[in-house]
Amino acid sequence: MTGGSRPGWFCAAALALALIFLVGPFFVVFIAGFSGEETLVFPPRSLSWRWMAHIFTVESFAASLRTSLVVAVVSTVAALLLGVPAAYVLVRRNFAGKELVRTLLTLPIIVPGIIVGLALLNYMVLVYDMPVTASLLVGHTAMLLPYTVRVVSGSLNNLRLDIEDAAVTLGATRLRAFWLVVVPNIRGGLISAAVLAFITSFNQVPVSLFLTGPGISTLPIEMLAYMETNYDPSIAALSTLMVLFTIIVVAGMERFFGFTRHV
Amino acid sequence: MSYLRIAGLGVAYAKPRKGAAGNAVDALSLAVPQGQLVSLLGPSGCGKTTTMRAIAGLLAPAAGRIELAGQDITHLPAHKRDIGLVFQSYALFPHLSLFDNVAFGLRLRKMDAAELTRRTLEALTSVGLADYADRLPAQLSGGQQQRVALARALVIRPRLLLLDEPLSNLDARLRVEMRAELRRLQRESGITMLYVTHDQDEALSLSDRIVVMRDGRIEQDDTPAVLYNRPATPFVATFMGFENLFERARLPLAMNLPPAVTHVAWRAQAVAVQAPGHKGLQGTVQSRSYAGDRLEFWVQTAAGALRGVAPADAAPWGEGDAVSLAIDIGRAALIGDDRTIPST
Repeated sequence: MTGGSRPGWFCAAALALALIFLVGPFFVVFIAGFSGEETLVFPPRSLSWRWMAHIFTVESFAASLRTSLVVAVVSTVAALLLGVPAAYVLVRRNFAGKELVRTLLTLPIIVPGIIVGLALLNYMVLVYDMPVTASLLVGHTAMLLPYTVRVVSGSLNNLRLDIEDAAVTLGATRLRAFWLVVVPNIRGGLISAAVLAFITSFNQVPVSLFLTGPGISTLPIEMLAYMETNYDPSIAALSTLMVLFTIIVVAGMERFFGFTRHV
Repeated sequence: MSYLRIAGLGVAYAKPRKGAAGNAVDALSLAVPQGQLVSLLGPSGCGKTTTMRAIAGLLAPAAGRIELAGQDITHLPAHKRDIGLVFQSYALFPHLSLFDNVAFGLRLRKMDAAELTRRTLEALTSVGLADYADRLPAQLSGGQQQRVALARALVIRPRLLLLDEPLSNLDARLRVEMRAELRRLQRESGITMLYVTHDQDEALSLSDRIVVMRDGRIEQDDTPAVLYNRPATPFVATFMGFENLFERARLPLAMNLPPAVTHVAWRAQAVAVQAPGHKGLQGTVQSRSYAGDRLEFWVQTAAGALRGVAPADAAPWGEGDAVSLAIDIGRAALIGDDRTIPST
């Protein structure tokens, strides 16, 4: 007995199961999005484009999509502006408490988003009376920072230290050396960090839940609100579009920049 | 007047070591005349690279003064020093072509395009790589990469060129080839060079002067010939290949020595291994190894283990055999704390 076939079957089964768990729910939502029924049922008895078309007529979806995009873009830029220097210092310099800082920077990933959202609500909105959009930006930036720091740190770890020194001895200031020889060589990491941050912000629920207010909301939160009053397949249709959007962005980045190598 | 003058240089350890007192470099003084190639030679951890990085401005000294061409550059930012540096790891910019690597320093100097192209190609030509101008560093061999690093550092016509073990990542044959090329580039450019290495052959063959360092301090600063024949300290003697080193009180044979002498050393070549019964030190062969034209022996004697040689075709002795050693007193290196010890 070679013993080769049994583990092979077992592994194949495990892989299939994992894929069903990962892809299955999306499959259900995808089919439901093309339902022709009045309410959300699966499997649908008829198929149509009507709910796909319907979501473009809902005013609150359009408004919250704009908010989501603005928040995602601005908080991604902010998380890069803060995260790149932080990653640089963590990788390149030695200082007391470095490990503590590194751990603190991963906290927003470890601590449940609900708690982060609540904390931000307590301080920024209730105590300092910050406007909704601004508090959303701060909350999202905080949530994204761990991702940008981690991804950019990974790139910097793979980049040799001495090329910066070489640039400096050739006449570049430290800052110039960073722009001329570090940035071009961590370009893949920077783009990957940006994409990851953008998608994370765009799909973010728990933090946004606390920070959105009347009149201003992000798309995922607006979908939750819509579901409370309307139980029709348009949510499935919209979910399908959001997943497709995410897949297209990630696949495109993978194709051009080898996205998953950096994450 | 020296061109590069270092006085009382002290550099602290980057990471303070528990229990280790003192500095990575301590009270180091050094003078390099214009147009010379001077080597800093020593084992790893002796402070030679630290010294070089302080001269380049990449490390801030804790004490002392660095002068270049009469100007105090101790606190001048690194990018304003005009001091070239060639790294052990080459440190080429991986995203730039050879042309752009070499042109990097010229671009920062805002040189006009025609002049920039001319000088960059000239520099690439001088290291034999003009045909590869469009390639990326990853497409080159180690030796070629090191040539590019040299061209990149030389093209800005630095006031001083520092080389940090530039050949140690190359294979033996290429290393010897590159030594000659370095020497040629140095003569042609006339640029003053400070060369860091742990390889005494390299230092001997390249340098106008060699500074031997140990534990952040200078042990000896001399010409290659003096260093090779008259090491000033037991450390330098061992480092320069004197395998047989004896304290004055434990000499293997009677010698009439000046009072300042503390140690006497011989190279293996000054100790002839002969058949037993010859006049001289008697001993037993511990090991023998073939070295081409000769055999090298470790011989245990009453005065300790000595390294000696015999012609390969006239040395039948093996492990455990009795032999006698003839030590050439005339080829002894006399070591002491007094530099008035006569040359031998």
